Amino acid sequence: MIPGAFAYHRPSSVAEAVTLLSELGEDARPLAGGHSLIPMMKLRIASPEHLVDLAGINDLKGIRAEGNDIVIGAMTTQHELIGSDLLSSLLPIIRETSLLVSDPQVRYVGTLGGNVANGDPGNDMPAVMMCLGATYRVAGPGSERRIAAREFYQGAYFTSLEPGEIITAIHIPVPGPHHGYAYEKLKRKVGDYATAAAAVILTLDQGRVASCSIGLTNVSETPLWAQAAANILIGSTLDAASVKQAVAAAEAITSPASDNRGPAQYRTKMAGVMLTRALARAKERAT
Amino acid sequence: MAKVQITMNVNGKAVEGSVEPRLLLIHFLREQLSLTGPHIGCDTSHCGACTVDLDGKSVKACTVFAVQAQGANILTVEGLAAPDGTLHALQEGFREMHGLQCGFCTPGMIIRAYRLLQENPRPSEAEIRLGISGNLCRCTGYQNIVKAIQFAAAKLSGAALQEAAE
Repeated sequence: MIPGAFAYHRPSSVAEAVTLLSELGEDARPLAGGHSLIPMMKLRIASPEHLVDLAGINDLKGIRAEGNDIVIGAMTTQHELIGSDLLSSLLPIIRETSLLVSDPQVRYVGTLGGNVANGDPGNDMPAVMMCLGATYRVAGPGSERRIAAREFYQGAYFTSLEPGEIITAIHIPVPGPHHGYAYEKLKRKVGDYATAAAAVILTLDQGRVASCSIGLTNVSETPLWAQAAANILIGSTLDAASVKQAVAAAEAITSPASDNRGPAQYRTKMAGVMLTRALARAKERAT
Repeated sequence: MAKVQITMNVNGKAVEGSVEPRLLLIHFLREQLSLTGPHIGCDTSHCGACTVDLDGKSVKACTVFAVQAQGANILTVEGLAAPDGTLHALQEGFREMHGLQCGFCTPGMIIRAYRLLQENPRPSEAEIRLGISGNLCRCTGYQNIVKAIQFAAAKLSGAALQEAAE
């Protein structure tokens, strides 16, 4: 399959990239790892006239601590996330999630920024970023702003990014050394998007839930932050009755499509099963 | 669309080409450089038959534009054997362990396994299976592919041990 013709640009700074993207307007797309965009171009679902490759911009790379936050450059690959000692010790849910994204070859090139910016409800990182309360740093023509992950997703492939804007970094508050975490993903095979998946971050205080946050993947037009479900669990011991009530609250906000991964009702139930498993594993890991 | 000049190092040789930006790396390798080891299987970044090594990463050459590989170091299955024709331990392993039936997935499997062993010289069976999970074999030959990679891992690390002892 041969994509439509386009002009290729490889800026070396964020300012240059943003200027190019805003000058070229709707005919231009930024290129990160390309493993969502290039297949769409090969199928001619996307036919941008200009590609602005972000690979030559060193400022978009790297993982560092900044105060109580971890800051990850948007062009950091899944492979680099998996290999990061800093993330493994402070934010292990990211490694756990990255290992469930696609396959090894795709993880060598697929980026965190691309995964969260694309707006595909099947991508795994958006729900994890909502769960963690991450913020996206966004550069646009002549300005920079921050958008909370929880406010970023408007619809399938529709986000709060304005034309000419790109995500430059992801800021994640570290949930503390004693937190429990889990990302549970049901998929048909390696490389598949989730039938349903759930992310959990929680802390315990003397056996009771002190804080809890839940994200759900691919069971709606957008990733979901299941705030009501998490609130039900605060103060509980994660006993069966509380978990059942929280799972019902999480299932209630889903509205998955019926597709090859199963009918909508099944996918909603699987979101509940993934959440139940994720809560159990997060509880085991919390100290 | 205007063509772009690109240069890269493929299997130890400097190469250059004049390409449309939309030319995929797999087509550049196969059609302009006549390196037909990397195969086009699914053409949708699932099957891994087109896998090549690009700057120390296993990538699916059907989902990378040739212009993105400007300046890169690329290794394809053609570059694995020694100049005198002596097979690489992985190639030998695939022969010894019957790691192929039809052979279509083999170049991608071998070049992916090459990077896996660079990163993890003594992988467990589970690590091998996860490591090649982006490569499909439709002859259902995974059992012997795993054995072939284990053969190569043992041979390569045995050789390294011997060198260290000398």
